[in-house]
Amino acid sequence: MSSKKIIEHSEAATQFNKDVERVNWHDETLWFVREKRDKAAYQMQDWELLRETASKIKNNVLSNIHDYLVEFEENAQKNGIIVHWAADAKEHNEIVHSIMVKHGVKQMVKSKSMLTEECHLNEYLTEKGIDVIDSDLGERIVQLRKEPPSHIVLPAIHLKKEDVSETFHEHLGTDKGNIDPQYLTEAARIHLRDTFLTRRAALTGVNFAIASTGEFVVCTNEGNADMGAHLADVHIACMGFEKLIPQRKHLGVFLRLLARSATGQPITTFSSHFKKPRDGKEIHIVIVDNGRSTQLGREDFRNSLKCIRCGACMNTCPVYRRSGGHSYHNAVAGPIGAILAPNLDMSKNADLPFASTLCGSCTNVCPVKIDIHDQLYKWRQVLVKEGHTPAVKTAAMKTMATVLANPTIFNIAGKSGRFVMKNIPGLVNNKMNKWYDQREMPDVPEESFREWYKKNSRESKAKKDE
Amino acid sequence: MKVGLFIPCYVDQFYPKVAIATYELLQKLGCDVHFPMGQTCCGQPMANSGYAHLTKGCDANFIANFTGFDYIVCPSGSCVLHVKDHLHDEKQEELASEMRKKVFELTEFITDILKIDHIDGSFPFRVGMHVSCHGQRGLHLSQMTELNAPFFSKPEQLLHNIKGLDLVSLSRKDECCGFGGTFCVTEEAVSVKMGQDRVKDHENHQVDYITGGDMSCLMHLEGILKRQKSHVKTIHIAEILNSLEN
Amino acid sequence: MSSKAEILKKIKQNQPAFVTELPDLKVLGSEDFDVLQTYKTVLKNIGGDSVEVADYQDIIQYIKTNYDVEKRIITTIPELSEIAKLNWENDDPHSLENVELTIVKAHFGVAENSALWVTDDVLGQRVSPFIAQYLAIIVHKKDLLATMHQAYEKIGNQEYGFGTFIAGPSKTADIEQSLVLGAHGARGLIVFLLD
Repeated sequence: MSSKKIIEHSEAATQFNKDVERVNWHDETLWFVREKRDKAAYQMQDWELLRETASKIKNNVLSNIHDYLVEFEENAQKNGIIVHWAADAKEHNEIVHSIMVKHGVKQMVKSKSMLTEECHLNEYLTEKGIDVIDSDLGERIVQLRKEPPSHIVLPAIHLKKEDVSETFHEHLGTDKGNIDPQYLTEAARIHLRDTFLTRRAALTGVNFAIASTGEFVVCTNEGNADMGAHLADVHIACMGFEKLIPQRKHLGVFLRLLARSATGQPITTFSSHFKKPRDGKEIHIVIVDNGRSTQLGREDFRNSLKCIRCGACMNTCPVYRRSGGHSYHNAVAGPIGAILAPNLDMSKNADLPFASTLCGSCTNVCPVKIDIHDQLYKWRQVLVKEGHTPAVKTAAMKTMATVLANPTIFNIAGKSGRFVMKNIPGLVNNKMNKWYDQREMPDVPEESFREWYKKNSRESKAKKDE
Repeated sequence: MKVGLFIPCYVDQFYPKVAIATYELLQKLGCDVHFPMGQTCCGQPMANSGYAHLTKGCDANFIANFTGFDYIVCPSGSCVLHVKDHLHDEKQEELASEMRKKVFELTEFITDILKIDHIDGSFPFRVGMHVSCHGQRGLHLSQMTELNAPFFSKPEQLLHNIKGLDLVSLSRKDECCGFGGTFCVTEEAVSVKMGQDRVKDHENHQVDYITGGDMSCLMHLEGILKRQKSHVKTIHIAEILNSLEN
Repeated sequence: MSSKAEILKKIKQNQPAFVTELPDLKVLGSEDFDVLQTYKTVLKNIGGDSVEVADYQDIIQYIKTNYDVEKRIITTIPELSEIAKLNWENDDPHSLENVELTIVKAHFGVAENSALWVTDDVLGQRVSPFIAQYLAIIVHKKDLLATMHQAYEKIGNQEYGFGTFIAGPSKTADIEQSLVLGAHGARGLIVFLLD
């Protein structure tokens, strides 16, 4: 486990905003992806019905997940798939490693799996002497740069062509300064083709697992999951247990929503259904808990497990777009990350639910209707109660509560505040006042509304006449 | 129709004109408006910061002040949403529940309860509408761009008959301004960037005024505009709707 | 207790008290549009190409004109033996690494996203549509369906070891959102719409 000091979101975001041009570029790039989603959604007459249907299917799954998991394992095993269960990240990593050891394999090719990011699998395997290569282009780029992905669907969205060119020049020997995406992608294609052809073990994620047939689906645009799996002797597929859906026909709903929500495409290039291993080869599935069963028991936050990892919430979030995925210090960033991460580690992730204005945009692009912004509000209450907010803030809030509960004190406070602002502005307009850094304070009116009302309202005039 | 006027704490203290406009407008439209002097705040700043458990005093004070009205009207979407979603009192839950049904934001009160679909007035300027998030996505004052659903807007509808008003369409129709309560200081860098971007969108469309239904958003945008020494001003929609002298 | 038992026990304890109903899917997929036209338009938009053909001769002619038949072309369709090789199904999949073009026939296509459904029985080898530099897929016009709902109705309980929907050529936009075709799979996809 990495022991780097966690930089809180607000501090990381402040750093991120120092380069104004870059923030603008990052914000505009992701807003463009949101607009592509909009275009796709507006074209589908049944879009809102699809969302509602997907939401109901996932509600059903969560309410019956025990039996669905038992059903899935039974059917997967009938298909010849070997099923493993991992209680936590450590066990997941150990299981994956043990499969490698059993087959005497020291090299692995991976396709995108946020679960393996969550478990820090790459680090673990590398320490054990296993060579791991991420085959998704975006993931490969960040792997070469030794940084984590910043977005669950677009791992390298925070990087410009120049950054990729530099990285490929250093690691793949491409021409210095050549920033043509076509040229760079071709270089990656050639470099990774060799990887696919020589690796005997391939690891993929799981987008959906079907309880009734024991098969699972992996969606990619690049075809890298398939290139790895169909050439390897061993295919290891890792999934969080919440990735189940009841029957094949439900895929119709999710495959119509997933890519459109993520990037505005009608479907990913490949939606591969794995049911049985190739003759003489093996498929392993590792079903992972790692805190999900705890989240399942949190009535207010259970719905976060409906997530199909489309990333739409990140693309629409005005805060994510202006702070970047790394500022969330988690495998899964953005709004969904902020409601999943506190469950994994409350003290490390206490800052995340506060990195939001509760605007509600995320909730309304979510294809499975997770009430994300409501959960952000609820997590704030939990985190305060559990003591994860600074004592200074609590003291200030208690004072506020007293003032606001008492009309007389409120009036005095309001009047004094206005007096100070008007007559001793320096006391307020200074470096201690965070508002004042980049904004002017409001003008001070001659009188408050209630003072005006006392003199001028119909009701007050009537009272005077009495 | 006896209406209790609910004025956000900072509007009472810093933007009395908005409250005055709301008061006068509702009177013009035939309501018998009263401002309970003992009101303070709805408790939202504390609740949104995770301190909802400290708002019992606020809630009790709200209930005490606003009992006995047919409707409670407020020129702020976010305060109304907070009361609608979170007003509780263990000792008088039924009363709290009744009250939650009677609370309305100004524009939705005019369109849905008074059933008035336009207001006469005069405001000969180019105006950009800032769509405040809680009012839009919480109270459904207007349609949100996230959904595949027909467009509507209660505030824009009311502005249709305002003489000379040129309502301008923005590039990003309903992006958040970045105020977000205590967020405006705890995440100051992002908050300001969001506000600056909203301001830029309005300026790119050459507006004279930015209007909206929430003074909190407008206060934040105004702070940025004044720091930038911009000629663009902010004005609450109540003041535009109240522009016709009676 | 094994991890499996532990996990299942915790899940049973924590899942909601009541099972909510599954929604009815029959209300979906009722969109009415020109299936063939939509299929062609969507395919074009996502970087694929289509050509309407009357028979296999047309296909052979097209391939002779547009591809280098000296390079390695493989297929599972006996009618195309003139320009493509058969009987590679039992070879080591790695030996397909020098294939220039794979030609297969899909069970059906889906108009709303131009995806084509292929399973191991028509692919010869699972890796065949991914490892080739270029991909050609044949589908009967009458086998074009409107949406994914009709698609899964058609699949029903079809038995397969592996199946995939292929929509357009392989692609990525991971480098500053610039779309590049031919990431790891086929650089181009041609769909033959057979009468």
